[in-house]
Amino acid sequence: MTAGSAAPRPPPDAAHAAALLREMLRIRRFEEKCAELYSAARIRGFLHLYIGEEAVAVGVMQALGPEDAVVATYREHGHALARGVPAGPILAEMYGKLEGCSRGRGGSMHLFSAKQRFYGGNAIVGGGLPVAVGLALADAMQRQPRVTACFFGEGAVAEGEFHESMNLAALWSLPVLFCCENNLYAMGTALALSESESDLCLKAASYGMPAWPVDGMDVLAVEEAARRAALAVRSGGGPVFLELRTYRFRAHSMFDPQLYREKAEVEAWKQRDPIPALEAALREQGLLGDAELARLEAEIGEEIAGAVAFAEAGTLEPVSELERFVYSERRGA
Amino acid sequence: MSAEERLRTTYREAMREAIRDALRRDPRVFVMGEDVGRYGGCYAVTRGLLEEFGPERIRDTPLSESAFVGAGIGAALGGMRPIVEIMTVNFSLLALDQIVNNAATLLHMSGGQLNVPLVIRMTTGAGRQLAAQHSHSLEGWYAHVPGLRIVAPATLEDARGMLWTALEDPDPVLVFEHGTLYGMEGELAADAGPVDIDRAAIRRPGRDLSLVTYGGTLGKSLDAAALLASEGIEAEVLDLRTLRPLDSATLLESVTRTHRAVVVDEGWRSGSLSAEISARIMEGAFYELDAPVARVCSAEVPMPYARHLEEAALPQVARIAEAARAVVGVRG
Repeated sequence: MTAGSAAPRPPPDAAHAAALLREMLRIRRFEEKCAELYSAARIRGFLHLYIGEEAVAVGVMQALGPEDAVVATYREHGHALARGVPAGPILAEMYGKLEGCSRGRGGSMHLFSAKQRFYGGNAIVGGGLPVAVGLALADAMQRQPRVTACFFGEGAVAEGEFHESMNLAALWSLPVLFCCENNLYAMGTALALSESESDLCLKAASYGMPAWPVDGMDVLAVEEAARRAALAVRSGGGPVFLELRTYRFRAHSMFDPQLYREKAEVEAWKQRDPIPALEAALREQGLLGDAELARLEAEIGEEIAGAVAFAEAGTLEPVSELERFVYSERRGA
Repeated sequence: MSAEERLRTTYREAMREAIRDALRRDPRVFVMGEDVGRYGGCYAVTRGLLEEFGPERIRDTPLSESAFVGAGIGAALGGMRPIVEIMTVNFSLLALDQIVNNAATLLHMSGGQLNVPLVIRMTTGAGRQLAAQHSHSLEGWYAHVPGLRIVAPATLEDARGMLWTALEDPDPVLVFEHGTLYGMEGELAADAGPVDIDRAAIRRPGRDLSLVTYGGTLGKSLDAAALLASEGIEAEVLDLRTLRPLDSATLLESVTRTHRAVVVDEGWRSGSLSAEISARIMEGAFYELDAPVARVCSAEVPMPYARHLEEAALPQVARIAEAARAVVGVRG
């Protein structure tokens, strides 16, 4: 399968395209607020922003249903939001509050929500891939036509766990949708400085699975690719690998002076920002006007203000509960 | 069959029977690991199971410890009850990320949402001239990690009975099988079944000192106790059975009775399980002690191949007895 074989793209359905825009904007505005709250010391620890990459999570999630599973990385605020984890508990998690989606035990890097089958929040590069393979194995053994979407950065490709997992998923024909978010830098190390073969799809294809690159700055392209891939995966065709070519506009974390890349490069990628791009496309087709956009921003602003209020009003778990959740409180299956 | 009926069996067969029983009782159970199917298991524990249960439930894996252990974690999260076999504890180091960073942490990191009902079995220990990459006793490392349960079956009853209890546990359980035990023969009740995985057990009562041990050194400690008895020293032999969480209560009760303790552990002594046990005795029974706690551990060397060197490196009956005589004040 290659990108070239895709059918010509139909004009976007107005309501659906607006929904995609809303999702990307939610993530953007949410994370802008996170950065602000980090500077105000309301959030601590590591904070990895997804700004610039929103089209990837939003596009891929369109191909998943509630029965599917998602495994993500430590840069997962966008995935959690796009998956339907409410903004309040996500922000409360970053505040270290009991009302957080992981009761304040995980923080920004470890968002979890069993209800949405959102399995984190893995901060070991490559560490989520074997788990995704196992979730897919469980589905296959239980004859459930489900997909496990596994997000990871291109830096994970250097890890042994990537290769072991790709091989095992392909060998056992498991329903995993591997979503490689290629933002060109593993923290500060460029792909070309860490990979002898930097064609990621070639690596994936060597395991015998379909693999193709996708413009990760175009949410419609991502959605289309993800739908095609998920359909193949769900219908028993084994895993598929998508290389989602994207770019992180902000620093790796809040402690990164960005010595490893040129400002001009960042600026050039910002010209391809997926959010204004979709806005422009919708305007051009008369599907979006100033009033709609203002209303969208206002609604999102309200949601985020609500999330901040929720997090601020949240409570601290009593220290007497420190040792809970090391072992399950109920034993016996 | 009558409840009293006893059958001749081996540790290996008891373990296999436990796996077979689990596969029959629970359709969610499956076995995954290197050479568990067609080869029949590196130590022949799973021999015959592929023929009986098929390749879907007896899964040969590639040599990818991290992937198949992580897949076990994912499958457990997804509603299955995997039994993952790792050939030897040394190989488990290739899966350390999955065991320590995922299996042990997911429940806590998710604020109690995601438990991992996974069982990982692996061989541990020396005594078979397999040298430094197949002989170490690293269970003490795993016993350091909150979130894991660590068990070490040392008897036929425990080989037969611990697995089912481990599978019923909602959290990850690591089962350490000492490589010299597989051939151990004995009698087992025909209706032997699940046993608890929480309590230490007194394998031989005695009044003069406690020999605290587990796994591969239980037999040696019992032999030492028999030798000591012939000299008039009555050693109690305590089998820890579960290395995490440690059953401190049974340990301290025993030492409170005997007032002396020798810890026997095939692991190295520095930063070890034996150090932890010694510390717990000091913290919990200091004023009951009539002598400092002594330890018999492996020499602090990577395990050598040559038989005489390996024997010298390992805890042996004579060294255990000597340490026991010293703590009761008898010079050998």
